[in-house]
Amino acid sequence: MEEQELEQELELRELTLGGRENLAAGRTEAWEEPEPRAEHPDFSSATLLILANMPSRTIGRSRGAIISQFYSRTAKLRRRSSRPPLHQMSRSARPSLRQYDLELDSDTQSLLVKELQSLSGSQRSHMLQAMPVSLAEKQGRLEGLQGWLRRVALAPFSDLGSVPLQGFRSLWDGFLSLLHSLQPWHHSLKQISGRFGSSVLSYFLFLKTLLAFNVFLFLTLLIFVVATQAAYPPAAENSRLFTGLELLTGAGYFTQTLMYYGYYSNFTLNDPCTPSSRSCQPGKGHLPYNMPLAYVFTIGVSFFITCILLVYSMSRSFGESYRVGSTSGDFAIKVFCAWDYKVIQRRFVRLQNENIRTQLKASAAQRSSTRLQLGRMVVLSLAWAVSVGTVLGCVVAVYYFAEHMLKVHRDSQDRGSSEAWQEALLLVLPMVVSLINLVMPYLYNLLAAWEKQESPALEVYVAICRNLILKMVVLGLLCYHWLSRKMGYSSEDKCWETSVGQELYRFVVMDFVFTLLDTFLGELLWRLILEKKLMRKQRPEFDIARNVLELIYGQTLTWLGVLFCPLLPAVQILKLLLLFYIKKTSLMKNCQSPSKLWRASHMSTVFITLLCFPSFLGAAIFLSYTIWAMRPSRACGPFRTQETIYESGKTWIQELEKSSPNITWFTWIHQHLVENTFFLFFVSGVLLAVIYLHIQVVKGHRRIIRLLKEQIAHVSSWGLCMLLASYCLMCGTWGPRD
Amino acid sequence: MGNKQTIFTDEQLDAYQDCTFFTRKEILRLHGRYHEMAPNIVPMDYTKDPDVKLPIQLIINMPELKENPFKERIVEAFSEDGDGNLSFNDFVDMFSVLSEMAPRELKAIYAFKIYDFNTDNFICKSDLEKTLNKLTREELTAEEITLVCEKVIEEADMDGDGKLAFADFENMISKAPDFLSTFHIRI
Repeated sequence: MEEQELEQELELRELTLGGRENLAAGRTEAWEEPEPRAEHPDFSSATLLILANMPSRTIGRSRGAIISQFYSRTAKLRRRSSRPPLHQMSRSARPSLRQYDLELDSDTQSLLVKELQSLSGSQRSHMLQAMPVSLAEKQGRLEGLQGWLRRVALAPFSDLGSVPLQGFRSLWDGFLSLLHSLQPWHHSLKQISGRFGSSVLSYFLFLKTLLAFNVFLFLTLLIFVVATQAAYPPAAENSRLFTGLELLTGAGYFTQTLMYYGYYSNFTLNDPCTPSSRSCQPGKGHLPYNMPLAYVFTIGVSFFITCILLVYSMSRSFGESYRVGSTSGDFAIKVFCAWDYKVIQRRFVRLQNENIRTQLKASAAQRSSTRLQLGRMVVLSLAWAVSVGTVLGCVVAVYYFAEHMLKVHRDSQDRGSSEAWQEALLLVLPMVVSLINLVMPYLYNLLAAWEKQESPALEVYVAICRNLILKMVVLGLLCYHWLSRKMGYSSEDKCWETSVGQELYRFVVMDFVFTLLDTFLGELLWRLILEKKLMRKQRPEFDIARNVLELIYGQTLTWLGVLFCPLLPAVQILKLLLLFYIKKTSLMKNCQSPSKLWRASHMSTVFITLLCFPSFLGAAIFLSYTIWAMRPSRACGPFRTQETIYESGKTWIQELEKSSPNITWFTWIHQHLVENTFFLFFVSGVLLAVIYLHIQVVKGHRRIIRLLKEQIAHVSSWGLCMLLASYCLMCGTWGPRD
Repeated sequence: MGNKQTIFTDEQLDAYQDCTFFTRKEILRLHGRYHEMAPNIVPMDYTKDPDVKLPIQLIINMPELKENPFKERIVEAFSEDGDGNLSFNDFVDMFSVLSEMAPRELKAIYAFKIYDFNTDNFICKSDLEKTLNKLTREELTAEEITLVCEKVIEEADMDGDGKLAFADFENMISKAPDFLSTFHIRI
């Protein structure tokens, strides 16, 4: 209660302090008379002086006010049980006026010091970092309290009174700085953002994110699946020799290595009790390792964690980029937020000047609302019909081509041609699909140039949509093809999973080769053509959307193939590392930054959403279908003897139930929650209800924001009326005396 | 970490770490940058808190600021005397606010100061005109400038006084998610 009263007193003092100080400031030279005639021609300067000193205009403007505001903020922080995130604080501090040399209240300062001392270390440093007071003041030039903050800053563990914790703190600092220095590509990213700004930087940051996901996947698989199997290799020797072609086709020598599903054992490694001999040797095998279970659980758990990480980063990115009620404000945002402070090279700064000028001119000219005329409708529908038609055409072509290649491969096997030729034939399908993925985006660009969309943002969305549809439909068709045919390619082993794994490896490698080709042709060659032949100064633009979609496509392939080829994430990591350096070199030498306004954080949200929804979701569906419904091949792999891969988990739970009756709750959970569909429907229903609730809350927020905005406009005009009325009243009462 | 440096005491480095968004290593690197701008004036030993300020002409020649159209305003906004002379504390403060980790509110406060050319705590029409001229290198016609200024004030001004107070500016910034990534200088 006392605290609350103290707080209220401080807030009152803040108001009067602000008002008093500004009236006092009216006598200093720093006060500038506002221009009354332009905005409010009816009010005299005196009225406006009074208006300008109203609490609503002066609140929080003085340093003393800031300090008392921060005091109340820390007091609120201390009162709450859980620490609220600072960016959700209701009030934000106002700019301090350095030219006003004000006497500061020592009481307020000491109160603030005491409050800061009572906070925990991290809370205190957050509070200090976010204070909009100069560093010198923070470090103790305030009157009479030399180094008050230095004392406060040093006090983190003195209240706990233990020295070892300070040693821990220095260790933690050392670890953080090591992590920071290990931050890869800091200098490269600075170079890129210095020349091209945040928009192109978002591509490289997205690449970094994908690298992180792949490293995580690779490490989990390495530890739990690959390394343990490598320690206990199967009895059969690798009959093939290494030729160079394996790096492209993934077959040949690689078929019977750790790379593919077929290599992995289907029994418990290091088992002390071998099933063949009835005796158990207790000396051998301290850690029996059930390979099939490890395989399926590792993949399942890593996918689950990837899903959680994706959804978390998507929701965080969405929260940063989407604002309720943010429909208007184009001009203001262009003027104040469009200038990218990261760009430091003169040529690119000039380019930025030109871009902003063009955008402002275009927006200023675009005053009339665009009515959808009939001609425009026809053009748009025609363009969409063409793009959908091409997608269908490509899909049908890929399907028939795949069937044809299957027949050709079978014929060559029957004819008995060389192994190398047979495997080279397998490369043709990936090459054709990558060619389609390379050529079609350029066609769509031409289509967009003919279509001429009004807003550049819409153009980008339409391009992304078309490319995405093409890539995902082709991938969907290929998945159907693989699962339905079960890859009758290899006659030996009859191991269809290894074949699918090899096919996906080939797709990943071909995708990389064609990306290199695209960089070479699209950027280097095009720049040379533009400069030498056509004598134009313009360089090709770096098409961010197309490149990011290529990255998403490559990542989808990796996720699709992880079950069949556990080392595929390693291949993808290598590919991403090489891609970073190649793209960066090509960018620096050949490209110019995009001329359209690119809303970086908004587009980053779109990209990570695309990574989550069509890409990861599709891979998860494919994986689930393979695990639940496909019959594993009899001749190879960890699930030879089972009907479905999922069965291995079920058998394990049944065995667990038999062996130790104490954990029947676990099997009960499995039986009634996982197997029973009713529970899944229930959970989906709850999720839908929660989503609906959140949508309604956001709608309510939007309505409240609109009402409050109207209120602000009314209050200012109402306040003026009241002021005028009281002024007139005062003049009326005093008038007769003069 | 392990090596002994004699530029700052440990308490000073801890205080810097608590009050800014930089780690100890970055503070030392910043001191190196500050020193190399004027090796004769800036001492290597900061343990006694020397009162050294670098003039604005030296600061705006830094590669990170040289081509920025708002470089003078940035330096003036962070200098204590308002003239653009930065002490080391002001220098660190400037790059701390412009770093990646500074929160939106803090950046909005200083962005408002930067765009407020006549330092009257309002962004009025003349401030907007100056901002536009600097953004486009004076290549917009007078009508276009007037039009854009009117549009900006119409969009952002909530209380109808014809100029932007900090509340209006902050509200507008909160609607622009790109602000955090564009108002950022890497050092």
